[in-house]
Amino acid sequence: MLPSIIIYGLINSVILALIAMGFSLTFGISGVANFAYGGFYIFSGFLVWMLLNYLKFPLILAILVTIGVVGLLGFVTYWVILLRVRGIPLSEVIATFALGVGILELFRWMGFVTYEFTLPYLKKGMVLIAGVPVDYQRLFIIGIGLALVLFLYFFTHHTRIGLAFRGIAQNERTAISLGIKSDRTAALSLAFGSAMASVAAIFILPLGIISINTGYEVLLIAVAVGIVGGLESVSGILVASLILGYAQVIVGTYFKPEWMMVVYLAAIVLVLAIKPSGLFGKFKELEERV
Amino acid sequence: MKFRKERLDRGIKARCEDIFALSSYREILYLAFPRVLPVAALLILPLLKDVVGMYWEKVLMITCTIGLLALSWDLMASVGLISLGQALFFGAGAYVTGFLNHSLNLPPILSIPLGTLVGACISTLLLLPVVRLRGVYFAIITLTLPLLLARFIETTKILGGTEGMSGLSPLPNVWIELYVPVFALLICLFGFRRLINEDYGLVLQGIRDNDRAVMSGAINIYWFKAQAVFIAAVAGAFAGAFMTHYNQVVGMAAFAMDYSIVPLTAAVLGGVGSFAGPTIGAFILVPLSELLRAVGTLRVVIYSAILIICVVGLPEGVFHYMRRKYHQFERMVEVG
Repeated sequence: MLPSIIIYGLINSVILALIAMGFSLTFGISGVANFAYGGFYIFSGFLVWMLLNYLKFPLILAILVTIGVVGLLGFVTYWVILLRVRGIPLSEVIATFALGVGILELFRWMGFVTYEFTLPYLKKGMVLIAGVPVDYQRLFIIGIGLALVLFLYFFTHHTRIGLAFRGIAQNERTAISLGIKSDRTAALSLAFGSAMASVAAIFILPLGIISINTGYEVLLIAVAVGIVGGLESVSGILVASLILGYAQVIVGTYFKPEWMMVVYLAAIVLVLAIKPSGLFGKFKELEERV
Repeated sequence: MKFRKERLDRGIKARCEDIFALSSYREILYLAFPRVLPVAALLILPLLKDVVGMYWEKVLMITCTIGLLALSWDLMASVGLISLGQALFFGAGAYVTGFLNHSLNLPPILSIPLGTLVGACISTLLLLPVVRLRGVYFAIITLTLPLLLARFIETTKILGGTEGMSGLSPLPNVWIELYVPVFALLICLFGFRRLINEDYGLVLQGIRDNDRAVMSGAINIYWFKAQAVFIAAVAGAFAGAFMTHYNQVVGMAAFAMDYSIVPLTAAVLGGVGSFAGPTIGAFILVPLSELLRAVGTLRVVIYSAILIICVVGLPEGVFHYMRRKYHQFERMVEVG
């Protein structure tokens, strides 16, 4: 029992972190809460499926194309919709929310609701780790999660765009005065966040079927992890994912798997009551949230 | 030679938006017309049930319940609380009423008011921990709450689980079915408009505009926010309670996304912050969606498209646009 909890808790935590990172990256940099996140996530899944099944793309090409397309979609979303309502939180929230719901319900209408919509594993088979069977796909997820965290760290500390991201996140006006273009950086941040949603989707969705309700769930996960950890800090996201991931697996093991969703709500309420800026929230502390 | 559009207020406006100097019956009529006409229309429409048919009377009823939800959204928006989950209020009212009727056999005349109050209390209690949050954070939580509650009912199989509770008592007669939602809508519409212009409402608006300033006036803003949520929840829960008895069944559909996104779209389409706007929005959207019934679930996609277009292209909303056209002269003047 214990090794199983430790291993699957870790996998679950990495899944949560993968899902939450794109959302929190966008929010941390541009202050835009991308409520279309779940829509982008599911869109990525179906896009890969369509590329594989209709156009017979090889898997790797389909993945790369999807990440590119969804990233572009994020960029265009900012440039066409969000740029016009920037700075009005109500309108930003409503516009992205409507976009997300629109994407999800469009797929529902098009009939993407049956069990045939699954993505292939990268590599079939499984290994035994400490007596617990783990399939390769879940190991890949852990690898991708680690790779993405490392990539993000180097990207934001050692590239021009990454440094511009951090500049805008820390102080927008000062960054502008140093020649960083605020709108372009924000649009890029949305593109990056969306691309990360699609990376998460491509690696996580093969574990089950692509279901439209997952889209709403993904948004919930991103938000719950973000609130618990502090929406703009990467270390906060990681710690929150570990807490929530293990809490879920423990609840799922000792109570009933259906109770796992309740963990989010409990965590959100507890954190908001005790430390509203999240466990690791730094920049946007109490005054922004409460 | 260049022209620009000049806008002039009509001569009856004195000092500010809502003080008028009237000097003739014509001017009184001019002011009263846009207020009396919709009220009269709403009161007369149910009488014409043999002319327009029960189908469209049912649409009127649904419009009124969506209007109630949109009004409750607007009241919360006036305190700066952006809700993406009006289905919470609707579902809470619906389920409590269903439970009271199904398990305790209360008649509708008791179960609807009780269901409204208890449902409103429950949803207020659920929102109480997060009422401290502002803007985006509050919106996020409200979005997730109805989804979580639906999941909770599915998981624990309480209150009928996925099946819901059916076989509830019907409403006594057709006039009650038709007039109760109409009166509820009118009471909420004019009540909320009155409320928001009272001193109490000024505090609420102050919290929206600058909550720190209100706090520094030694006012407990969380207590006021909670009250506003409760008032909004009463309106929303009543809609749910009424529809439960009308449909004679309550199920997880009461927490469906439709009840969140349609009122929101109605409010944004009609114009936020005026209460008349969301009502107009509901009266545009719901009949429209009945006409679109053939396209099935694509309706939600259409709502989303309307929502995006309105937010980006018509941010003031239909009501504010119409009011401007009604109250102002417009003419082209030469610019030197």
